[in-house]
Amino acid sequence: MTGSFNAEILKLGKRPATWVLLGVMLALTQLFGYLLPYSSWLTSDQNFQTQGLDPQAVLAGTLPGELVPTSLGGFPVFAGALALILGALAAGSEYGWGTMQTALTQRPTRLALYGGKLAALAASTLAIVGITFALNATVAGVIATVESRALDYPSAAELARGLGSGWLILGMWCGLGALLGFAFRGVALPVGLGVVWVLAVESLVSAVADSLLTSLRPLRDLLPGVNAGSLVWSLAPGGGASGEAPPGVVDAVSGGRATLALVVYVAAFAAAGALLIRRRDVT
Amino acid sequence: MGEQLVETNDLSKTFGAITAVDRVSLSVWRGEVYGFLGPNGAGKTTTLRMLAGLVAPTAGSARVHGDQPGSPQALARTGVLIEAPRFYPYLSGRDNLRVVARYAGVPDRRVDAALGTVELAGRGGDRYAGYSLGMKQRLGVAAALLKDPELLILDEPTNGLDPAGMRDMRALIRDLGERGHTVLLSSHLLGEVQQLCDRVGVISGGRLLAESTVDELLGQAGLLVRAEPPARARECLERLVGAANVAEVDGTFRLRTGPEQAGRVSRALADAEVTLTELRPLERTLEEVFLEMTGTEGSGR
Repeated sequence: MTGSFNAEILKLGKRPATWVLLGVMLALTQLFGYLLPYSSWLTSDQNFQTQGLDPQAVLAGTLPGELVPTSLGGFPVFAGALALILGALAAGSEYGWGTMQTALTQRPTRLALYGGKLAALAASTLAIVGITFALNATVAGVIATVESRALDYPSAAELARGLGSGWLILGMWCGLGALLGFAFRGVALPVGLGVVWVLAVESLVSAVADSLLTSLRPLRDLLPGVNAGSLVWSLAPGGGASGEAPPGVVDAVSGGRATLALVVYVAAFAAAGALLIRRRDVT
Repeated sequence: MGEQLVETNDLSKTFGAITAVDRVSLSVWRGEVYGFLGPNGAGKTTTLRMLAGLVAPTAGSARVHGDQPGSPQALARTGVLIEAPRFYPYLSGRDNLRVVARYAGVPDRRVDAALGTVELAGRGGDRYAGYSLGMKQRLGVAAALLKDPELLILDEPTNGLDPAGMRDMRALIRDLGERGHTVLLSSHLLGEVQQLCDRVGVISGGRLLAESTVDELLGQAGLLVRAEPPARARECLERLVGAANVAEVDGTFRLRTGPEQAGRVSRALADAEVTLTELRPLERTLEEVFLEMTGTEGSGR
């Protein structure tokens, strides 16, 4: 499996789409986590006082102390969607280009090849989470310095928990993308379906369960996105110091239950993908 | 005859109601260049896919190097190029081979040697997407050679190449055969098979119709006889080899009998006071043999 892992890392590292997705993810995180809130703070006389929001709380969300909730705020929705696209591209392209055949006629067994791909995707999502945290920590430090605030970063344990949670969330969405890529043996349909699911279906089901049909709540609480949002909520209840939780960050289930659900999803997606790749002909 | 590298027994594959490969039993021996000959849709590619472990047989069995097709043990000693080469368009030719090398578990240093073998060393850094069809095909062969395999499975390797590219590819395959590689080559190009192969399997409609050396396949031709008067000649020849084995074509007689019967035919005609004006082995081309064998077979696989 080491050879397959190395091959996958080489492919992912040299693939422009990987860097485009990383760039978009970092840009969106910066935009919604730091640029817009900090701009609002700078112009708070015109903005927040009329809306009843505390400008100090908005600024606090951009400072080092809120690094974990601010970094993870976009993970349940847009970062999740981008991770899903990464997984779908990595798996589905092999069929679109016919390269699954090239890989399978070398040496590894199907499961070794699959394991190598999943391991490479896991390493990539971990790297993405790490880079996101590193960039956010730098930006938060700059803002704190400019605003003469303390460089009060979270403890190592909090950071580790945040990194682990982010990795689990992105890994889950990436795993779903890969599963869809293997299932549909292409890229377009998995990306389309996956993004619709992440951005629309989960929100609609949650909205219906919250208002029109509360009996749907047990079902809602099983959804992957809801559990991802609940895990982020558990790290910063109520949206943390900023007092406003980003879209998709919800108080639906406990952090422990959300973590367990996400682990089960990752395992289920991986097992279903293995079943598909092991059994099907490559034509 | 040596060691059997590929062996299939009643190998079959159906896709729904379509039988793509129907009880094919073939064998490829170490050191030979084996031509797998058949029209488009005959079942060649599906058979090769089964031998590479990409497609599971519906029935029958196959062994490659004595192992299950697609097993790491079999693949470690087999280079495969099935249909068009498939690589990552955003990578260079060299990086594509590095990817293949990592999958295959061979060191990166073999990549440049493989590129050199197919004369792509100077273009190895170019993106694969910009390669011509011939360059892509050569890169496919380079990938198949990376493992320095004992057995090469090449499916229509000259497809889409221009005449010069086809000549170069055939020279490469011939060279590989001479260097001791065993090659299983599928093609629908009869001249190609006749030029390159020691033995041939003819497949049509998913069924293996014949398996023999090219010479044996062509040697089943018979004798051509021209004699006067034709009526008496025909009577004599029919008495000699049987009416079913005599066909009159354009004023000549074609006898379905071995060339070693030429003396007997000559004497019989002389005894019957028939003037023999021409007697020679009937040399059919592989194309004639092939069309004769496959003419009544359906395709569509």
